This record gives sequence, structure tokens and C-alpha cells, in this order.
Amino acid sequence: MAPVPADPGAGAAGGPSTQRADERLSAVGPLRRLLVKPELGALVGAIAVFTFFAVQSEVFRSARGIANWLDPASTLGIMAVAVALLMIGGHFDLSAGVMSGTTALTVAIVAVEYEQNIWVAIGVSLVVALLLGFFNGWLVTRTGLPSFIITLGTFLMLQGLNLGLTKLLTGTVTATGLASVPGYASAEWVFASRMTILGAEVRVAVLWWVLFTAVASWVLLRTRFGNWVFATGGDEVAARNVGVPARRTTIALFMTTSTAAWFVGTTLAVRLTSVQANTGTGQELIYIVAAVIGGCLLTGGFGSAIGASLGALIFGMTQLGIPYLRWDADWFYFFLGAMLLLAVLANRLVRRYAEAARR
Amino acid sequence: MTAPLLELRDVGKDYGSVIALDGISTTVRAGEVTCVLGDNGAGKSTLIKILSGVHRADRGQLLLDGRPADFGSPREALDAGIATVYQDLAMIPLMAIWRNFFLGAEPTRGWGPFRRFDAARAKDATRRELSAMGIDIRDPDQPVGTLSGGERQSVAIARAVHFGARVLILDEPTSALGVKQAGVVLRYVAQARDRGVGVVLITHNPHHAHPVGDRFLVLNRGRSLGEFAKADVSRDELTRLMAGGAELDQLAHELERPST
Repeated sequence: MAPVPADPGAGAAGGPSTQRADERLSAVGPLRRLLVKPELGALVGAIAVFTFFAVQSEVFRSARGIANWLDPASTLGIMAVAVALLMIGGHFDLSAGVMSGTTALTVAIVAVEYEQNIWVAIGVSLVVALLLGFFNGWLVTRTGLPSFIITLGTFLMLQGLNLGLTKLLTGTVTATGLASVPGYASAEWVFASRMTILGAEVRVAVLWWVLFTAVASWVLLRTRFGNWVFATGGDEVAARNVGVPARRTTIALFMTTSTAAWFVGTTLAVRLTSVQANTGTGQELIYIVAAVIGGCLLTGGFGSAIGASLGALIFGMTQLGIPYLRWDADWFYFFLGAMLLLAVLANRLVRRYAEAARR
Repeated sequence: MTAPLLELRDVGKDYGSVIALDGISTTVRAGEVTCVLGDNGAGKSTLIKILSGVHRADRGQLLLDGRPADFGSPREALDAGIATVYQDLAMIPLMAIWRNFFLGAEPTRGWGPFRRFDAARAKDATRRELSAMGIDIRDPDQPVGTLSGGERQSVAIARAVHFGARVLILDEPTSALGVKQAGVVLRYVAQARDRGVGVVLITHNPHHAHPVGDRFLVLNRGRSLGEFAKADVSRDELTRLMAGGAELDQLAHELERPST
């Protein structure tokens, strides 16, 4: 190759010896690099929210207080992580909330009304969840319709089924009596035990949440499947053109979400030993809020599992922080909405930067 | 002389009652660039789809290494070493270059449930492969969306070459680019050619085709206007052929200022 020409413009084609491929580009600073991390906004937000409440409330920063606000964050977090994966893959699941109710009801009804061991009931519930997830995913990939509308349909259907079947089978709108079912003790140990850490009683769901987040994050960033999730959500046609099994990926994601709903539903059923027929309804948007606060783009292809967990953490801290400050609970939704707006605005900047194509 | 990598004999394709292609013959040889030229609607896209396995030809024969071949899917064509770089590039703008580079063919390490995407190897291979093509990327971690159009084309070409493409089909790689960027891409086309790849360059721009091409197939309304070796045809003749010769003369005549 000829020596590097003195004229900087002629070097634009760039041999390996050329220092800069494009003289118009400024160096990418470490700050700029950090900004493209999807979970950064949620991390800053979580620290800010924690500081805000911790400074003003002693209970909030005590070990017991922390255990208290970790609890709503944990069940929400498990769902938010699954929903975040699905959103990165380019889809929504509006039926995720009500599905946790469906699975919880299945556990209670199979165990109590059909007098089965609770583990059998939990197994049946898992099969139901997997089928529902498969159905959602199959319908979405098959029809090419927006998942928003398809899962809205399954959401409404499940809401009706939950009420109708519960009334039909139990005669009331609550399935009760789970505590006296065979196998309950071991199920309680897995799904609802408590342990004492630093003098505070922590529920086991918190550990499950941390584990789920870690596994999801690893799968997303360090496996082939994770790469396919990003690709399917980023540009499905392009992904399919290079041989990514986009359909299978989408169906697997819907099944992951329904499995998470099963886990959370089972946790609720075992904890409370009775399940209301409207359990989980209305939660689906909260999951999406947590995922978006965690850096997921609504358009797919970008986001993080850790971010979604941080979003759930913000939710838990705010939900309990507000009563700790003796504020009216009405402020909670105002606060959550403001966080969501801030997050969406921040995400928009990220996307602009990442997609700043200089064609 | 060795057998051509790929040969088309009297290939034709219909969409319903529309004859999209008819009687097309050409050859692609290792280390040569075959340019397919034609205006919009000439049948270039149909030809690509036949070559890359998206469609089957209705008539004629496709020969790979001198033997008849029949691709049922893009995957089969890819496995036979025919890689296509589409206009939309099949790249995900929000994903890092190295993730895009190995998308759909990720190297893995580990065993069973712990089998994971070998990120270190992928990043390393991406950087090495790109610099072998003379492409200097600053950081394999940057999203593809931050690359310029020419750089993206170059990454797509490097990717195809890395995955063992013997025949590289480029669909209008320069059409959306400025003069300088187009030059950059054509240089990588030449690089791929020099590494022994048989290139099929589809374009409607004879100014891009002529300098890099070895043979030229000119299409018009689904039919071949002939295949020419570089020595037999000048750039101006190519331009004239593409526009349908007489039509261009007519146009030039119409656009002339009325003589006063």
C-alpha cells in the first residue's frame, strides 16, 4: 500500500495504517459510551429515589424498611425482567398480569377442588402457563398482527375465564383453603419462606428475583438466543435474512413471560393461601412501566434485564416510601408517571444517538 | 480455463402472466466481477432472487461448478457459498458491529446449558476480518447505526467473505451513497474480487460498474441486451444500452434547448 497521503481527505478510505477512518468524527468519550448503556437511567433514578426517601425517613433506610420495600419490588421484578426480554424482542404482553391470576387460581382450584397434592397443581399450572404463552406467541408470529392487540384479546378472555371458572367451580369469587393441602409445607418453603438477614425478615421471592435477573441478563448478553432476541426486536426481516429463527425466538419469549407469570402466580397463591379471581388484573402496564424505566425501547431491539429490575426497585421504593413519609398514597401514581415520562425522554435520546445514521 | 463458479443458461421466471425474466445467460468466475445492469423494472431483483435461492427459475438451468444446482431456500444457496448482500443489508442498527457480524452464526463455547456466545472471539474476529478488508472501525462495540452507509456496506461485504462466500451478490451497493462513499464501497468490491471471490454486482449506474467489472450483462424489460467483456464495451455504450439506446437519443433531443 502507498504511504499514507498527507491530505486528510484522501485517507478517508482508510487502510489499516490510517489513524482515523473519518476525520469528522470526534473521539467517543467514556461518558458518551456510558450513555448508551440501557440501564444507566434506571440506576441514576434508583439512587435518586433511594436518597430522597432515605434522607427523610429513618424507617425507610432501616434493615426492616428495606426488606419491606424489597418485597413488592421482587414479584414485580420477576415479571418486569421477563416482560423486558419480550419488549427487547419487539413485543408486548398485556395478558401477563392477568396470567399471574390465572396460574394462581389454577394452583388453588386444582389443589383444593380436585384434591390434588399442591405440587401436582403447580405442575398443571405450569402447563397452562406454557400453553398460554405458546398460544400468544404462535398467534403473533402466525398472523403478523401487533402483539398489543392479540394479547389484549387474551387478556380480556382470561379475565373473563378467571371470574367465570372460579365462580363455576368454587361458587364464590375466591379460591381458598390452600394451607391444608398435602405438600403445602414444601411448596411454602420454595415459594414463600422467610429468612432473617441482618435482623430483617426477607421473603425468599427477593432471592428468586435476584437469580432471575442474573440469569436473564446472562442469557441476553452472552448467549446466541440473547443475540437473536436483540435482532428479532431490532429488525425482524433483516434477522430472518441472516438465518435467525425469529419465529421460534418470539414464541420462546412469550413462553418465558408466561412462565414468569406462573412463578409469580404460584408465589401469590402459596403466600396468601387464597386467591381472588381478579388477581393480577391491571398489573400488566406496571410491568411495562418498569421495563421502560429500565431502558427498554417501546419499538424493541434495545433494553436490559438489570434495568427492568431497577425499574421494579424504583416502583417498590416509591410505593412504600410515600406512606413512610406520611404522604397521601395518591401521590404514588403521580410519581410513577413522572418517572416514566423522564425515562421515555431519556430513552429517546439514546435511540437518536445509536441510530444517528450518516448515510 | 476452469469451469465458472456459477453459470446461468437461458433462465426465465414468470410472475403469473408477467414474464419477469426470459432467456438470461451469464457466468460468474472466481476473482472476477460480473455486473448486472438495468433500469428499474429490468428484472435485476428477480435475477438476484433466483441466484440467492429466494425463487426458483421457471425455465433454464443454474450450474454451480459446472453441475446443475437447484436452491430451494436462501439457506441452501448460502450453504453452497452464495452470499447475498441486500440493499437493506440485513443489519440491525441498534446492535454492536460484532453482534451484527456474527448474527445467525454466533461462535459459542462451553457445554450444555452453559454454552455461550464467545464474545471475545467474535470481537476479535470482527476487527481482524474488517482490517483485512482495509476497513478501519474504531470500536467493534459501537452500534451499526452510527456507521455511515458506505461503512455499513463494507461491513456487510466483509461478513459475507468471512463466512466463506465464493459467490458474492451485491444488490445496488452504491445506489444510496454519495460519490466518495460509493468509491469506498467499490474498493472493497475489488478487495473481495482479489481474494478470489466471484462477485455479482447489481447496479443501475454504469459509472460504478465499468471501472470494477470484468463482464457486463445488460437487462431491459426482463430480457438480455447482451453480455459484454470489458474490452468490448465502453462506459458510454453501456449507458446507452441501459437506457435503451434510441430512447436516450430521443430524450436528449427533447431536452435540447430549442435553437433560436
